Amino acid sequence: MKTLEEIHQIREQKRKELDLRVNIKADTREKHILVCRGTGCTSSKSPEIINNFRRILKEKDIQNVRVIQTGCFGLCAKGPIVIIRPEDTFYAMVKPEDCEEIIEKHIQQGELVERLLCKDIDNTVVNRLDELNFYKKQKRIALKNCGIIDPEQIDEYIAFDGYKALEQVLTSMTPDEVIEEVSKSGLRGRGGAGFPTGKKWLFTRQAEGDQKYVVCNADEGDPGAFMDRSILEGDPHSVLEAMEIAGYSVGANKGYIYVRAEYPIAVQRLQVAINQARDYGLLGQNIFGTDFSFDVEIRLGAGAFVCGEETALLESIEGRRGQPRVKPPYPANVGLWGKPTLINNVETYANITRIILNGADWYASIGTEKSKGTKVFALGGNVNNIGLVEVPMGTTLREIVFDIGGGIPNGREFKAAQTGGPSGGCIPKEHLDTPIDYESLSNIGSMMGSGGLIVMDDSKCMVNIARFYLDFTVSESCGKCTPCRIGTKRMLEILDRMCEGKAEEDDLYKLEKLASNIKKSAICGLGQTAPNPVISTLKYFREEYEEHIKYKKCRSGQCKALANIEIDPSKCKGCGICKRNCPVNAITGEPRQVHKIDPDICIKCGTCVDKCPFKAIKK
Amino acid sequence: MEKNCVEEKGTKEVKEILEKYKKDKSNLIQILNEIQEKYGYIPKQAQIEVSEYLSIPMAEIYGVITFYSRFTLEPKGKYNISVCLGTACFVKGSQALLDRLKERLKIEEGQTTADGKFSIDATRCVGACGLAPVFTVNDEVYGKATVKKLDEVLDKYMNQD
Repeated sequence: MKTLEEIHQIREQKRKELDLRVNIKADTREKHILVCRGTGCTSSKSPEIINNFRRILKEKDIQNVRVIQTGCFGLCAKGPIVIIRPEDTFYAMVKPEDCEEIIEKHIQQGELVERLLCKDIDNTVVNRLDELNFYKKQKRIALKNCGIIDPEQIDEYIAFDGYKALEQVLTSMTPDEVIEEVSKSGLRGRGGAGFPTGKKWLFTRQAEGDQKYVVCNADEGDPGAFMDRSILEGDPHSVLEAMEIAGYSVGANKGYIYVRAEYPIAVQRLQVAINQARDYGLLGQNIFGTDFSFDVEIRLGAGAFVCGEETALLESIEGRRGQPRVKPPYPANVGLWGKPTLINNVETYANITRIILNGADWYASIGTEKSKGTKVFALGGNVNNIGLVEVPMGTTLREIVFDIGGGIPNGREFKAAQTGGPSGGCIPKEHLDTPIDYESLSNIGSMMGSGGLIVMDDSKCMVNIARFYLDFTVSESCGKCTPCRIGTKRMLEILDRMCEGKAEEDDLYKLEKLASNIKKSAICGLGQTAPNPVISTLKYFREEYEEHIKYKKCRSGQCKALANIEIDPSKCKGCGICKRNCPVNAITGEPRQVHKIDPDICIKCGTCVDKCPFKAIKK
Repeated sequence: MEKNCVEEKGTKEVKEILEKYKKDKSNLIQILNEIQEKYGYIPKQAQIEVSEYLSIPMAEIYGVITFYSRFTLEPKGKYNISVCLGTACFVKGSQALLDRLKERLKIEEGQTTADGKFSIDATRCVGACGLAPVFTVNDEVYGKATVKKLDEVLDKYMNQD
């Protein structure tokens, strides 16, 4: 238990100590070696890197150097990442065996280990993190502490204004004033639909009930999205603090965080954070000596995508199958165990403390007219800089994919970007310059969604991509309502036929009809949006669907059944490599003569395409 | 044979898990998560005990288990290989990895080989999108995978006990 005084002292003292984390000119003889312990870097052995650094420092008896685990720095493609502060040197793709050299050269001799410095897309060597193009257009609000603090040390969070917003709210603001501030900031739900956060808080406050709850939706099920996970792994206290502020505002004293069991690191850090906050009296009874009490519990999900839907999530917390409830009534009135409940997403909460501390006007000055602040995207797929990016609303897709993302690898062309996961759509080249916000994305047939942003190059078949998403929806449909349970299955069957070359002329009509019917009649948001990947690809890539149906042709060669593998006689040198590698002996030809593939035997595996040294074989 | 063993000694271990929780129906999923973690599946004996402890009918417990993809009714193989089919991995060719795995082990996703050594899962996003495409063998993550790399890893485990 700490008094307010003691918290202030910790903040002041720790802030001085940690100045070198954010100030390149910090006056100190200390050095901090920061190593990313997000899921990506942990998978490529960052825990071993941390152990090695610590062991070597001990063996060499080096003082004034600390090794710190942090959350995600964002540039996952270059992981594992090691950053040395205060000088801010950025080492990329570090291996456990590189630690010795880094300590000897960098720490002891004061020289850079050049071979480990990060190279930008244009091949220039970058000494410091902030010199990378990847970071130049970003603005970090929700990710403010990720990569700066050790998420398992509450003192480090407190040092960077942690729990200051809670103090301000509890000691000098009424609940109505807090809600007014959140409303004025223009913050909208970051989970996908973009409902104004202030309004949600107000409805829950106005609802009548002896008991109210605050819930954090951390069931990030959209495949390819990892924004919420990174926030929980890198800065768990920011979510706890915001849930307390929300609890004070709506009149709740109990919170639940519903998080995927597939995120073990996030779950563990949250538990550590909750325990530390309880020890300090920042969770529990009479926080900061006021009348306000609040506690938080973690509830684990068990791998059901539909539980990201708010009412399904409530069912799951109550211990049942996660099947959505019919709305209205909305959770603000009838939520967890029938009580008024506020549900916000992780990233939404992560914005709250900065809105309180810097003011609603500051927040509202960032972004577009109707979408304020920043949005975190998990940038993935066929793009050079895979990672986590946070940009002001209104940034264009081109800026994200090309300036920040560094463009498309392997000399290929941009074909489409997919936002919103299984509920969203594909955005083609002609809309690359659309400034991204909630409205603009839905106008072009996609949606903001939770923030997954998958880039696809010109080798991708859009019919196959639509089929991929429908396959996902079918296996994740909860089964409660017929349009989603049966309708999406029928859509998938049609798409399967197309990809196998068995589709008929009227399949396209059937597909469109089903899509529009499911959209109108499914009971929850997931069912209503399930046809979106089909609708958007039909809108922008209709000719590919027609080719699949009429000519049984897949221009990208991704649909195996439709692939037609041929040897170009003008390029074939008759070397025989394809013939030797063909697993089914479908290729014939004499040495130094043009070879031939027998289409009746060929299984279209593509081995010969990859093996031909003269690129004479095409799908 | 092995299964019976698990079920017998399971009784005591399941009771230990149950005692950590209040007899509150909302704890069902938490308890099942712990049992799944412990055994790699949810044995029938454990379901019976959970049913008695929380006063929830077996049918309802079965309904919850089959609804959530993390819960399984059959034991996984000694080496459970999961191929990530999240979008980021999919666009980078993870389907080919899954196809190859099914071809070599001659089982489908969700199944276990007859000798109990291998099982295959298709998962949605393990969160290592920077390393796409990704597959995992138990807790070990293999990133930037190719069919060739998968073959090598599989050979390694096939030669192990």
